[in-house]
Amino acid sequence: MRIRAQGEGGVVVELGDAIDPAVNARVHLLARAIRERLGGDVLEVVPSYRSLLVIHDPLTTPRDRVVERVRALADEVERAPAPAAGRIVRIPTRYGGVHGPDLADVARLAGLDEDEVVRRHAAPRYLVHFLGFTPGFPYLGGLDPALATPRLDSPRARIPAGSVAIGGVQTGIYPVESPGGWRIVGRTPLRLFDSRRPDPFLLAPGDGLRFVPVDDATYDAVLADVGSGRHEPEVEE
Amino acid sequence: MITVVKPGLLTTVQDAGRPGHRASGMPVAGAMDRLALAVANRLAGNDPGAAALEFTLMGGTFCFEEGAVAALAGAEMPAALDGVPVDSRSAFTVPAGGTLTLGVARRGVRACLAVQGGIDVPRVLGSRSTYLRAAIGGLEGRALRAGDRLPIGPPPAVRFAAPPRPFPAMALPGSPVELRVISGPQEDRFAPEGLETLLSATWKVTTQNDRMGYRLDGPAVRFRDGADIVTDAVVPGAVQVSGDGKPMVLMADCQTTGGYAKPFTVIGPDLRRLAQARAGDEVRFVRCTQEEAVAALEEERAWAST
Repeated sequence: MRIRAQGEGGVVVELGDAIDPAVNARVHLLARAIRERLGGDVLEVVPSYRSLLVIHDPLTTPRDRVVERVRALADEVERAPAPAAGRIVRIPTRYGGVHGPDLADVARLAGLDEDEVVRRHAAPRYLVHFLGFTPGFPYLGGLDPALATPRLDSPRARIPAGSVAIGGVQTGIYPVESPGGWRIVGRTPLRLFDSRRPDPFLLAPGDGLRFVPVDDATYDAVLADVGSGRHEPEVEE
Repeated sequence: MITVVKPGLLTTVQDAGRPGHRASGMPVAGAMDRLALAVANRLAGNDPGAAALEFTLMGGTFCFEEGAVAALAGAEMPAALDGVPVDSRSAFTVPAGGTLTLGVARRGVRACLAVQGGIDVPRVLGSRSTYLRAAIGGLEGRALRAGDRLPIGPPPAVRFAAPPRPFPAMALPGSPVELRVISGPQEDRFAPEGLETLLSATWKVTTQNDRMGYRLDGPAVRFRDGADIVTDAVVPGAVQVSGDGKPMVLMADCQTTGGYAKPFTVIGPDLRRLAQARAGDEVRFVRCTQEEAVAALEEERAWAST
C-alpha cells in the first residue's frame, strides 16, 4: 500500500499497480469501510481500478489524522475474508441495426459473425471497476479478448445516451449524449444517469453487470416504461 | 425574473459546486473563481455559496423585471445601469425594469454577478451549478441565451454581513501567475530533470483553456517511464502531463478520473488565479507545503464564510 497526496485535501491510497479484479475488490471493500467508519473525518471516497482518493477538509481534519486512520482501516480490511460477490444489474440491449451501427465492423475485425459477437458480448459477468468520464459511465472489466477492437480513428461528436460500445479491450455504456471514439455495438433503453430519480445513478462501483440481448419490441416496451418512470431495473442477487 | 437580452460569450449559473458524487463520475463544477462567488454573494447579502451568474471575458445585458440588490466580483468588468456606470465593487440596487449592462473584462476573465436571493433554478444533486458536458444543472444544463428568463429566489432569512472593503485577497494575479503546488500523487513517474523543467519554466496559457482545464505550453517535460498510468481519480488543480510532455491544469468541470501522470497539484485557493488568466498569460509553478496550503485555505474561508 502506498499513500500519496493529491492537493491539500486529497489522500490517494494505492493498493496495487495494475488492473486486477482482486485488487479492485479490495479497493471497494476499503472504500466501504472508510465511508462507514470514517464518515466524520472524510467527505468523499472515489474508487478507481487500483486506488482510492479520500477527500477531506484539511481545516477540520488534518491530513496526518486521515492518513493514520485510513492506514489502520486498510490493515484491518486486508485481514478480512474475501467479500461475497455483489449484485448483478441486467442491461437489456438491442444489438446491431440503427442501435449498434458498428456491430458489423466489430464482427469483421474479430473474424466472427454478428450473432457470435453478440453471444460473446452478452456472456460474461462484467465488473464495474469504477465510474468516470461522464456521470454514471462504468469502466467494465471482463470483455472477451476476441472482441477487442481499436477505437475509431476520429471520434464521433455525438454518441446517443445508452449506447453500448467497445474501445480497445474495454466495453462500456454512454450514460449521457457525449463525444466518443468507441465502436457502438448496441443500445440499452435504461438510463444510467437520470437526475429525476431519487438515486440518479443506475450503477455503483463494484457492481456486477450482464448484457441481455433483446428484440425491438422489448427495447421499445422498456424504453416506454423508463420514460414514464415505471421501470425497475432487473437485478440478480 | 431576469430576462437575458445579450448573454455574453459563455455565461452560466454556478454555485459552490456539486461535491459528494464523484464516485458516480459526477464532476464538482461550480464557480471557477470560488472566492469571487463568495464575495459577490456576501456583498449581495446571500449565503457565500448561493447560485450566481458566471461571465467569461464578456458580460452581457440583463433586464430586471422586479427590483433587486446585486453585486459583482472577480474579473474587472465595466457595469452600467440604464446607461449610467455603477461602482460594481459594492452592492448596488437595480430598480424594477432596470437594465444592467456588463462589458468586456479589462483584467481577468471570470466575473460573478450575485443577486440577493440567488438565481433560483432547480437543484440537481444538491447544486444549481451548470455542468455543460452532461447538460446538468443551471438553466437546462446549458449556457445562457438571449430571451432566457431567470427566476430570483426569495431574500435569505439571515442576511449575510458584507465583507469589509477593500478585499486584499481579491486582487487579480500579476504576471507571471504563480500557482503553489503540493507534491504528488505521481511525482516518481518523472525524471528529475522533468520535475526541474516543470518548476523552473515559465508556461504560457494556450487557447485550449476552458472550465475543464487549462493546457499550458513550454518546454517538453521528460518522464521516467511514460505519461500513461492506470486511470485513477483526479481533482480540480491536478496537473496532468500528457504524452507530448505538456502540462494541463484540471479545473472545476474536470472529469473525476484520468489516465495521465500527475506530478503535483495546484492548491485549491490558487486555482482562481488560473481561472482569471487568458491565452498568452504566463504561469509558474512554485512548490509549497501542506502547512502553507492550509494557511491559504484558512484565509480564503475567512472571506467565504461569515
